Amino acid sequence: MSAPAPAPVPSYAYDFAAAPCGSLRVGLAAGEVMLRASGALWLAREGALVVADLHLEKGSSYAARGQLLPPYDTRETLDRLEAEVAALAPAMVILLGDTFHDRRSEDRLAGDDAERLRALARSRTLVWVIGNHDADGPQALPGETADELSLAGLTLRHEPRGGSSPGEAAGHLHPAAKVRAPRGTVRRRCFVTDGERIVLPAFGAYAGGLNVRDQAFAGLFARPPLAGALGKARVHAVGWRQLAAD
Amino acid sequence: MADAGAQLPDLLPPKFQAWFAGRGWQARSHQLEMIDKARQVRDALLIAPTGGGKTLAGFLPSLIELSERPPANTAPPRSVTDLGNPSLETDHFAGAKWSGLHTLYISPLKALAVDVERNLTAPILEMGLPITAESRTGDTGLARRQRQRVKPPEILLTTPEQLALLCAWEGARLFFESLRCVILDEIHTLHASKRGDLLALDLARLSRLAPNMRRVGLSATVDDPEVIKRWMAGPAGPAAIDLVRGPPGAPPIVDMLLSEGRVPWAGHTAQHAMAEVYETIKRSRTALVFVNTRFQAEFAFQELWRLNEDALPIALHHGSLAAEQRRKVEAAMAKGSLRAVVCTSTLDLGIDWGDVDLVIQLASPKGAARMVQRIGRANHRLDEPSRALFVPANRFEMLECQAAREAIAQNVLDGDEPRDGALDVLAQHVMGCACSEPFDLLELYDEVTSAGPYRDLSWEDFEQVVDFVSTGGYALKTYDRFRRIVRGEDGRWRVRNGEIAQRHRLNVGAIVSPAMLAVRMAGRRGSVGRKIGEIEEGMLEMLDPGDTFVFAGQVWELVGITNLDVLVRPGGAKDPKMPSWGGSKFALSTFLAKRVRQLMTDQEHWQVLPMDVREWLEAQRDRSLIPAEDEMLLETFARGRRHFMVCYPFDGRLAHTTLAMLLTRRLERAGAAPLGFVCNDYALAVWALNPLDDMNFDELFNEDMLGDDLEAWLAESFMMKRAFKGCAIVAGLIERRFPGDKQKTGRQITFSTDLIYDVLRRHEPDHLLLRCARADAATGLIDVARLGQMLTRIRGRIRHARLDHLSPFSVPILLEIGKERSPGQAGEIMLAEAEEDLIAEALS
Repeated sequence: MSAPAPAPVPSYAYDFAAAPCGSLRVGLAAGEVMLRASGALWLAREGALVVADLHLEKGSSYAARGQLLPPYDTRETLDRLEAEVAALAPAMVILLGDTFHDRRSEDRLAGDDAERLRALARSRTLVWVIGNHDADGPQALPGETADELSLAGLTLRHEPRGGSSPGEAAGHLHPAAKVRAPRGTVRRRCFVTDGERIVLPAFGAYAGGLNVRDQAFAGLFARPPLAGALGKARVHAVGWRQLAAD
Repeated sequence: MADAGAQLPDLLPPKFQAWFAGRGWQARSHQLEMIDKARQVRDALLIAPTGGGKTLAGFLPSLIELSERPPANTAPPRSVTDLGNPSLETDHFAGAKWSGLHTLYISPLKALAVDVERNLTAPILEMGLPITAESRTGDTGLARRQRQRVKPPEILLTTPEQLALLCAWEGARLFFESLRCVILDEIHTLHASKRGDLLALDLARLSRLAPNMRRVGLSATVDDPEVIKRWMAGPAGPAAIDLVRGPPGAPPIVDMLLSEGRVPWAGHTAQHAMAEVYETIKRSRTALVFVNTRFQAEFAFQELWRLNEDALPIALHHGSLAAEQRRKVEAAMAKGSLRAVVCTSTLDLGIDWGDVDLVIQLASPKGAARMVQRIGRANHRLDEPSRALFVPANRFEMLECQAAREAIAQNVLDGDEPRDGALDVLAQHVMGCACSEPFDLLELYDEVTSAGPYRDLSWEDFEQVVDFVSTGGYALKTYDRFRRIVRGEDGRWRVRNGEIAQRHRLNVGAIVSPAMLAVRMAGRRGSVGRKIGEIEEGMLEMLDPGDTFVFAGQVWELVGITNLDVLVRPGGAKDPKMPSWGGSKFALSTFLAKRVRQLMTDQEHWQVLPMDVREWLEAQRDRSLIPAEDEMLLETFARGRRHFMVCYPFDGRLAHTTLAMLLTRRLERAGAAPLGFVCNDYALAVWALNPLDDMNFDELFNEDMLGDDLEAWLAESFMMKRAFKGCAIVAGLIERRFPGDKQKTGRQITFSTDLIYDVLRRHEPDHLLLRCARADAATGLIDVARLGQMLTRIRGRIRHARLDHLSPFSVPILLEIGKERSPGQAGEIMLAEAEEDLIAEALS
């Protein structure tokens, strides 16, 4: 690693503020983005809604191997996504990779769920960024496919690059924050950002979370990052010192 | 007793008579009665106290029957072909008249099965009986287990989980067809649990595979043997089981440590009494010191060693210690080289330790039957009384210990209620049946409903369970192609393929233990050292890195947690932090709670209590009030800027916590602005911003809180999520060791059962597993059943004391405020507070 050790910069150096809708506005690279309580990233000026790691049909993927998880995860995930689309009327929806849990997920989609995905592509741009679970991209569903995407000075890709990568927004790691408070700890999915780059939480109903204190996040941030923990109706900004390992 | 034996002398063959005589013994009448029942081919339940030769009574009929078999005409199948060949002397079966499995013995504990094997070997060898007896547990080596399948011993000693595994095996029918007798030991500890449900189902299966099998139950003294009979009965029902009673044994001598002038108001450690406990140990040969939690065990062990100037060999035994360490303690105990062992319920049952002459119960006993069991661990000889000493840790416990002493002296005990078999356990069993051989739906229903706990199972529920096993049982029928069991052309259901059967077998059992983390020494530069033991994940919630705590008898400092390891280093002499003192997993039994209320009400009775407890009760009478036996006391008073409501139902922490949660919701609606609550086994306190004195308490405590309020709270409750996870594992929805359990390249790929719970609740709220989880939570974690009884009991009987100061009774519960952390349900608030901290930091 050539990156210098992160300097102990106090977390109040972050630029963040709560918005009335429960979102958290944070400065990212040169601009600013909204972190939605749903786990979506909202680029207001471009009208772009970004969601990562939907893992559609994860339930049936396990079912095929003998664990009959409830088959409602795709439905649930699409409910959430549609609610965000209804609330924000985006011009563009960007699926930031691992939209499907495995390469055969698209075949297992229920007919009405597939129809809902098609509806998302109507009258707006739908972009499928390729992830490691769905490297082939969609077969029959509409939308554009991309390995990565440049938008509003940001680079949108599935898997974060190692080392410093200013202006990157990625998914893949499923960040979760374990927040230490005087009365105990709470574990929630979260955004994690150092103001230079951001990792989005997984949006899928069955997608698990990886603690941001895990080794997998080491080296991504130049200074102790800020977590945006997902609450019921708002995103809570939590400083690094209040985050515990699992 | 001796003459009762003389009436039935011909029951005991000469060889056995000689063996008894050679040991200077005489067969006891209940032992002969058990032989008699066997001759009549009757099922039997033997109830006898510890030390009554109960286990031998269970086995004698089988030993006699096996020793009287005519010589076998045919060689057993497969490898034993050359009987009597001296070169085969080493063969386990050489010389034996092999006839297949004859008697199956089921023990709730692995260690007990192994111990009984040892004890059974003595008479077999000494009488020269051609009988093979072997244990089979999870610890038995693979080679032996494989050999046992092909060539079972005549007497097999095992656990309910191993039995479930054998029943789910393709060879089950052949393996069990020769079975004549099943012996169920320590039934009283098993029947009222999910393990009991599973065992009852497997018994039903055994009866089908081996219709001539007799059922023999062995139980410690219980209040109502009918409950056990109902549980263990087969198709013929409880009436077909004969009750045999052993001699009652000498009544135990139970003392209580009075600690005159020093009984603390609150707390659970009994620290004030440690010096007296130590002196008592010094005067005894060997003492078992029982406590209610692992942390209490650690604390008591630490305290005793602090006082141990004579360096008495005092050891520690609880479920979190590494297995080798526990075994070392057990071995030292068996050799008689220990003077005391501080232990939790891990030593409630099991191995005979003849040398124990005193049982010390530190802190509250919680139930009379449990205490009798523990006291029975001292002195396994019937004619001598067992000795026990109760050490109450606070004043309420003083009442509780006294009530327990009196109940034990009167031999009136609390018993487990009969339960209806759980459907998640049934799901596991149905899958097991399909793995063993194809089943017919109607036949299986008849079989299942012959098992005690499932006698009332409806056909609709049964069908729903089978549908769950096959497709997950979802209204959305998308998993038909992933069926785990399929119906063949012959109309029978079978497992879809071998891989699914194999995965099922890895997940058998009704015990779901909490996630355990290994406690290890932290090495230099983050390396990981020696394993010290295992700790429940939940325990760590209360510790932060840098905190010191006691574990395995030493003080450690928490360094950090990585994956599945808790890293620690020696904590030096620093004062350790003591997490969670109160949290015993056993609630005060309904029975004992009632007796505590009686004792509290009856002022004449107070004479038996030490002076400072009496004074405390009198002060309560004078400054507040002592309610009548059928009333519940409720006090309101202001303190600081807060308004308190304290009530004393004595219904156990779990029911109180549920009640407090529901009361808080109602107080919120009533505009009282409740701020918090705290509960223990005896009382609960709620505090609020606004006065509570003028509330309508009958309305506040109305039973209708168990309707919508409960549903609304429960849905979000972490306890429901925990209950759901347990059910999902038992029912086979998720696997015990599912893919992703081990973290792959540092990346957690597993799903969380909480997410599954949330999704299922939203999309199919009536799903079978949600029903199971609600039923479990209602009887277990939130004890709604108990709360319901309580609300009925106190209806119209709330005695309100409006005070201008706090009362003597309220002191212990108020002292608990601030000692506990809320277990995560206040997540949103905590997150908001964390953010406020950050903002405060920014503004500073």
